[in-house]
Amino acid sequence: MKKEKKMKLSLPEVELMNSGHMACQGCGATLAMRFALKALGQKVALCIPACCWSVIDGPFPYSSLDVPIFHCAFETAAVSASGVKAGLEMVGDKETTVVAWAGDGGTFDIGIQALSGVAERNDDIIYICYDNEAYMNTGIQRSSATPYGAWTTTTPVKHFKNRPKKDMEAIMAAHRIPYIATASIGYPEDLVKKVKKAKEIKGTKFLHIFAPCPPGWKSQPEDTIKLARMAVQNAIFPLYEIEWGEKYTLNIKLKEKKPINDYLKIQGRFRHLTKKEIVFIQEEVDKKWERLLLCVNGSK
Amino acid sequence: MKKKKGAQKIVFKSEKDFPLMPMSIGSMLFNKTGAWRNIKPVINLEKCIQCGICWKFCPDVAIFIEKEWPVIDYEYCKGCGLCAEECPTKCIAMVEEEK
Amino acid sequence: MKKVIMGNHALSYGAKLGRAQVIAAYPITPQTQVVELLSEMCADKSLDAMFIKVESEHSAMAACLGASLAGARTFTATSAQGLALMHELLHWASGGRLPVVMGNINRAMAPGWSIWSDQNDSLSQRDTGWMQFYCSSNQEVLDTVIQAFKVSEKLLIPSMVILDAFTLSHTYEVVDIPDQKKVDEYLPPFNPSIKLTPEEPHAFGGLTSPEHYFELRYKLQKEMEKAPALIEKTGKEYEKMFGRYLGLVEKHRCDDADLILITSGAMGSTARIAVDELRKEGIKAGNLRIKVFRPFPFEIIRNAVKGAKKIAVVDRNISYGHHGMFFEEVKSALYGYSDGLPVFGFITGLGGRDITPSTFKEITQYTLERDKPKEEIIWIGVKL
Ligand SMILES: Cc1ncc(C[n+]2csc(CCOP(=O)(O)OP(=O)(O)O)c2C)c(N)n1
Ligand code: SF4
Ligand code: SF4
Ligand code: SF4
Ligand SMILES: [Mg+2]
Repeated sequence: MKKEKKMKLSLPEVELMNSGHMACQGCGATLAMRFALKALGQKVALCIPACCWSVIDGPFPYSSLDVPIFHCAFETAAVSASGVKAGLEMVGDKETTVVAWAGDGGTFDIGIQALSGVAERNDDIIYICYDNEAYMNTGIQRSSATPYGAWTTTTPVKHFKNRPKKDMEAIMAAHRIPYIATASIGYPEDLVKKVKKAKEIKGTKFLHIFAPCPPGWKSQPEDTIKLARMAVQNAIFPLYEIEWGEKYTLNIKLKEKKPINDYLKIQGRFRHLTKKEIVFIQEEVDKKWERLLLCVNGSK
Repeated sequence: MKKKKGAQKIVFKSEKDFPLMPMSIGSMLFNKTGAWRNIKPVINLEKCIQCGICWKFCPDVAIFIEKEWPVIDYEYCKGCGLCAEECPTKCIAMVEEEK
Repeated sequence: MKKVIMGNHALSYGAKLGRAQVIAAYPITPQTQVVELLSEMCADKSLDAMFIKVESEHSAMAACLGASLAGARTFTATSAQGLALMHELLHWASGGRLPVVMGNINRAMAPGWSIWSDQNDSLSQRDTGWMQFYCSSNQEVLDTVIQAFKVSEKLLIPSMVILDAFTLSHTYEVVDIPDQKKVDEYLPPFNPSIKLTPEEPHAFGGLTSPEHYFELRYKLQKEMEKAPALIEKTGKEYEKMFGRYLGLVEKHRCDDADLILITSGAMGSTARIAVDELRKEGIKAGNLRIKVFRPFPFEIIRNAVKGAKKIAVVDRNISYGHHGMFFEEVKSALYGYSDGLPVFGFITGLGGRDITPSTFKEITQYTLERDKPKEEIIWIGVKL
């Protein structure tokens, strides 16, 4: 063996998620949790609605996390967190960070009402949506976060999803909350930085984490990180922050924006797409990217 | 970076033991997910540059650092191959599991 | 201190005296004054609570659950459509053993839109694992909120304190508002041994396989079975301190009655007036008001009807395709215990239709004229 050298770890060493959990091989949602907990530390309470994470954590009487969890109803993540926060404050705990941790379905669809209420009141919680772009817990059905063109079990190949992904950041920005950020498990250092930043801000913070899902996307487990990185590089899922609904900052600037083809190619959920449809998707990605750049440049 | 808690399966012996609400009282560490694996990662430390990237991207927290080197915890590694894929020096090989 | 207040404010005062710490609620007629007064109490700091002004009843209950799990005493209030919207979370409260106390103003369910009283809203939540207290006066509303906190927190089972729309909710009555110090003595702070805290991390409410779910529900029922005795015990303690007993049922001239009219909610006071008038006419009637519907007070009802010749159960609700719900439950409680005692089931007053002493006289007349009920449901006051 070579000379002893110190290992340089780019993330906090603290490990609040344990092995033995129930996630599939190469699960992106699981990495999202592991990274977020590294940033959040021990003084945290999670509210997890129905989603893959209600399975990943493990069945009664076990848990794979070393932090407290309220497994709450599907549509209530945000307001459950508000309730926990209020409850903790009233019993004298003003420090604990309360985090709602929900999937895209629990955020973009069924939980959006409660989330909007929490954001409008600016309740002091962090809301984290890990986005695997479909209802995975129930077996890969479309959500409003499913991208245009994708196959799911309710958008079969012959009738693939023909509406764009809902622009959740824009909806949250319209609530004028102090902090919104997108993050990706492909960029864990950036992700950890954003969670830490959110922890220091009072009010409602919304984080949207891109988290590939091998069974749901029909991708290889070893490609999870690659896919997450590609989606940033081709601007399908750009990394940016919005402060008070107005100030946009791009975190990962793209010297050269990659085409989307390679990204689509390694996912079975897009395999049916024709050239024409891919061109259409590319145009939509380009337009959305331009709109984002306008917001970013307008903030300067 | 060793595992913290005990890893026992919980058996309730009496009504009294049984929690009154659905709550966790033990860790999933009892669940040895290594059994899920079909292929297993093997690190060639000769080529390892100790960058910690494999540690960083393991979804199963199955790579720990021992004396500044990455070590795979086969009790829990599910064999996803992410570590091998992300290793910058390609020093992790995924090999068939002998069953 | 005596004050003339509406039933809704009796709920608010109950929550205040009970020192609710987190309140989350959403307005609905006829409940609005409950939350308006609580908002003011929180604003002027006469109540040290956080009031989360949620965007729906569903979120109101969700917030209460979170706060309760964190160890805070929580209160909410709703009615009809709001209660129905909460339905999923009512199961969450009892299954999660979170002792939320909620006021519900009995209001008929839409459509057509009705803001007037009947019990179908709360009785539709019968099997959600909540205790249900049907009150018959504003005083009882206030007292019961305080008692409900005590019973709920001891058993870790949530409670619904129920009052009729308008007949109680908007009617002003003289209410004795107990002294805060004495209430504090009666009701110590909520301090659950298990709660959501990073100091001792547990995951609550996770996936539960057939290997364990059954036992959790068994335990819930076992605790629920302790409730009748605990309600009587805490009711006696309340009487000792405040002079008013809070029990499972209220009996009025039942002991020597031939005919017992069984009622619930505010119509109890109307029934009592009717009973007194009937007695003057030489008819030996009595009134048994069931206050606690869940847990169902089997024992006390079986004993109360022992000397009677006939029973008439008056329901302001209906289980479509079945009967009135109190009727059904009373019959099942008496089955095998009452040796053929005829039980008549009446339905009246749906959607706020008036229930007056003459309603009870009509009911009495019907029962006196027949040995046994001829119809599954005897409708009183249908204008068809
Ligand atoms: C009220 C309600 N409706 C439906 C469900 C069934 N359900 C559970 S999880 C889920 C999908 C979750 O999707 P998402 O939020 O994207 O999380 P994921 O499973 O993808 O991680 C659904 C539909 C439920 N639990 N509750
Ligand atoms: S289905 Fe996808 S998100 Fe869910 S556990 Fe498996 S890999 Fe993770
Ligand atoms: S193969 Fe997957 S589970 Fe096993 S050590 Fe590598 S990253 Fe972890
Ligand atoms: S990723 Fe490869 S080079 Fe880096 S520490 Fe792991 S084995 Fe060594
Ligand atoms: Mg999803």
